[in-house]
Amino acid sequence: MNSLFQAVSVLTILAAFSVSLLAADSAKLIETIQAVNKKGAGHAEAVKAVQQLQAMGASTAIPILKAMDNANPLASNWLQGAFESVADQALRANELSAKDLEGFVLDRTHNGRARKLAFDWLTKVDKTAEERMIPNMLDDPSSPLRREAVAQVIQTAEKAKSDDEKEFLYRKALTGAVDRDQVDKIASSLKKLGQTVDLVEQFGFLTAWHVIGPFDNTDMKAFNVAYPPEKEIDLKATYDGKAGKVEWKQYLSDAKDGEFDLAELTEPHKGAIDYAITEFNSPSGQEVEFRLATANAWKLWVNGELVFAREEYHRGMRFDQYIVRGSIKEGKNTFLLKVCQNEQDQDWAQRWAFQFRIVDESGRAVTQAE
Amino acid sequence: MPSRTLQLLCVLSLLNSSLFADWRGFRGSANNGLPEETVKNWDGEQEIAWQSDLPGRGLSSPIIVGDRIFVTCSSGSLQDRLHVLCFSSKDGNKIWQRDFWATGRTVTNPTTCVAAPSPASDGKHIFAFYSSNDLVCLDLDGNLKWFRGLTYDCPNVSNSLGMASSALSVGDKVVVLLETDDESFAAGIDAKTGETSWRIDRPERANWTSPAPSSDGKHVLMQSSKGVSAVDVATGEEVWNYADGAATQPSPVVVDDVAYIASHGLTAIRPGKSNTSVPEIVWQASNINPAVASPIAYDGNVYVINSSGVMVAVTQKDGERLWQSRLQGKFSASPVMAGGKLVALNQDGTSIVVDPANKGDIISRLELNETMLGTPAVGSDGIYFRSDNHLFKVSVD
Repeated sequence: MNSLFQAVSVLTILAAFSVSLLAADSAKLIETIQAVNKKGAGHAEAVKAVQQLQAMGASTAIPILKAMDNANPLASNWLQGAFESVADQALRANELSAKDLEGFVLDRTHNGRARKLAFDWLTKVDKTAEERMIPNMLDDPSSPLRREAVAQVIQTAEKAKSDDEKEFLYRKALTGAVDRDQVDKIASSLKKLGQTVDLVEQFGFLTAWHVIGPFDNTDMKAFNVAYPPEKEIDLKATYDGKAGKVEWKQYLSDAKDGEFDLAELTEPHKGAIDYAITEFNSPSGQEVEFRLATANAWKLWVNGELVFAREEYHRGMRFDQYIVRGSIKEGKNTFLLKVCQNEQDQDWAQRWAFQFRIVDESGRAVTQAE
Repeated sequence: MPSRTLQLLCVLSLLNSSLFADWRGFRGSANNGLPEETVKNWDGEQEIAWQSDLPGRGLSSPIIVGDRIFVTCSSGSLQDRLHVLCFSSKDGNKIWQRDFWATGRTVTNPTTCVAAPSPASDGKHIFAFYSSNDLVCLDLDGNLKWFRGLTYDCPNVSNSLGMASSALSVGDKVVVLLETDDESFAAGIDAKTGETSWRIDRPERANWTSPAPSSDGKHVLMQSSKGVSAVDVATGEEVWNYADGAATQPSPVVVDDVAYIASHGLTAIRPGKSNTSVPEIVWQASNINPAVASPIAYDGNVYVINSSGVMVAVTQKDGERLWQSRLQGKFSASPVMAGGKLVALNQDGTSIVVDPANKGDIISRLELNETMLGTPAVGSDGIYFRSDNHLFKVSVD
């Protein structure tokens, strides 16, 4: 009996040791994958690591998901691929733990996309998960999970019998909606009920700007010419423009879609550049996305720092056409836009306009402090 | 495992793979619209064998490796969810699906979407490529090998209308052609590691054509608004350059040492003899104008579809017009060849089988009743079509 006890003890210790070894090994492999970066950096090591990680079994599933909390967008995709491979093998072997996945999904401190990934695989082993969990996610910080909750409320609203109930449900859906297609669907349904949705407020478009111009952009040669507004911001100054003296003037767009139409608000100059500047009072310092739409070449400075430049003319103007990651500070921030118009004469090449907004990492509009 | 059993499995495996003809990229394994193996005895009649649901949109071509069909899609409000799916060619059952998130821009013209470029394969791996310029390498069982974000690397490599140039698997490289109004380049990516083997600057003008290999696989032809360059697959060095301009949507087709390109109508060029850096113009036919669909060459002739939906046949030898056939509709998908017949798919989802041996007579039409912009894939016993919602197999045996 004593020797049997000793044997069991040894086996238990060995098993525990091998589990901890496995955990240590997988942690090292995950770290190697997290080190992947731009232009193929870290690939040589990560290619071997991801191959090994995908062969280590179901126990690595949750550690991989957790690693997505601290991964850049490239490494996050590597980890997502590794997770799906591991989860697929576990699913086929009947070893995918619904309990572990649900625990991960419910922890709102984890990365929103990782939680959505865990949820997608949870629904393969627990058919009740969607019905149980999604209704509680209308305020979820995970954008893709919240999107599913919004879709569910919209669906319920469509089936509601009374207009009052429909209106209540569409308004409820609107509290979680940030995606253009869902907001449009809700706004359109509410319109049929005689209700309006303020899209400028919903999406957080900035519509009040000071504008100066036109400066010369004949032959598209001035994209990289630094006119005075790039060197100093003095809203009382006057400068030499393309056709005489120019000065800053304040404009407020009342377009329902938040478009700031330079051609309409000022004049439809060709071969010209306008600068537009606005201030934004942020309640806190935070990582954000600057989302811009324009058919014109443009540059954006945030608090005096150039954050992006794009020399492309008339390839269309679409909602959230450009998404630029950056940060804003607590208190006053300044956004300066350079918007360049060329001299194409086709009907479809006359737009000289932009839409601009700021969103947080979940896609929700960042609003100004009072 | 006993060695005899192992041997038997190997033989069965070889036998199994030999039963299937691959279609490994945009316009097939040789990127010319021709299947690896000619379907015999197909009368041109079309019948749907099965259809399977897809989770998102796509203009990319399905590709075939062995008995598996691989398809890419994109979904979500911002089209930033990227999907790779694997189906059984036998019954359309989904074998696996892998999802990723775009790291580059996902905005496109509404007609197109992020899953516009076609994936490619070297027979062992799938190289899924997207308008966001994300490039994913998976093995045939869906295990990740590597992931690159080429716009994440270079944020100005993008196009507000969307990108569409397909990935090309050639030798030990995956070649990508990224031409935009701003930063533009082409790259040879190491298929094993995803690292950049070479990178060359390209014209800063939006372009949607796909690279095409030379017949010997040593060079890649890159067509842009400026013309066509032949580039060494191993080094990225330019071998020759045709600098007389070319179209930015239909891709070149290569037969032996001659490339047929949409330039000044249709132009046939081949590597120069006296000056090897400048190709020789074999002929030009200014009245033959490929629209979006790429030309296809077969059995001594070249076939193009113009902007009026008319298929025109000319001789490969001198560009002499042979016949024309009104197909009806607009064409985004490139025509392919199956069983000696041309298959053209219009944007309304009508698959039209054309008899090239009988002055372009139309043998059959199959209404798939969904918008279709992706080029079909031709396998041993079926043609695969994809829409934004479904993958179809049409029997050809």
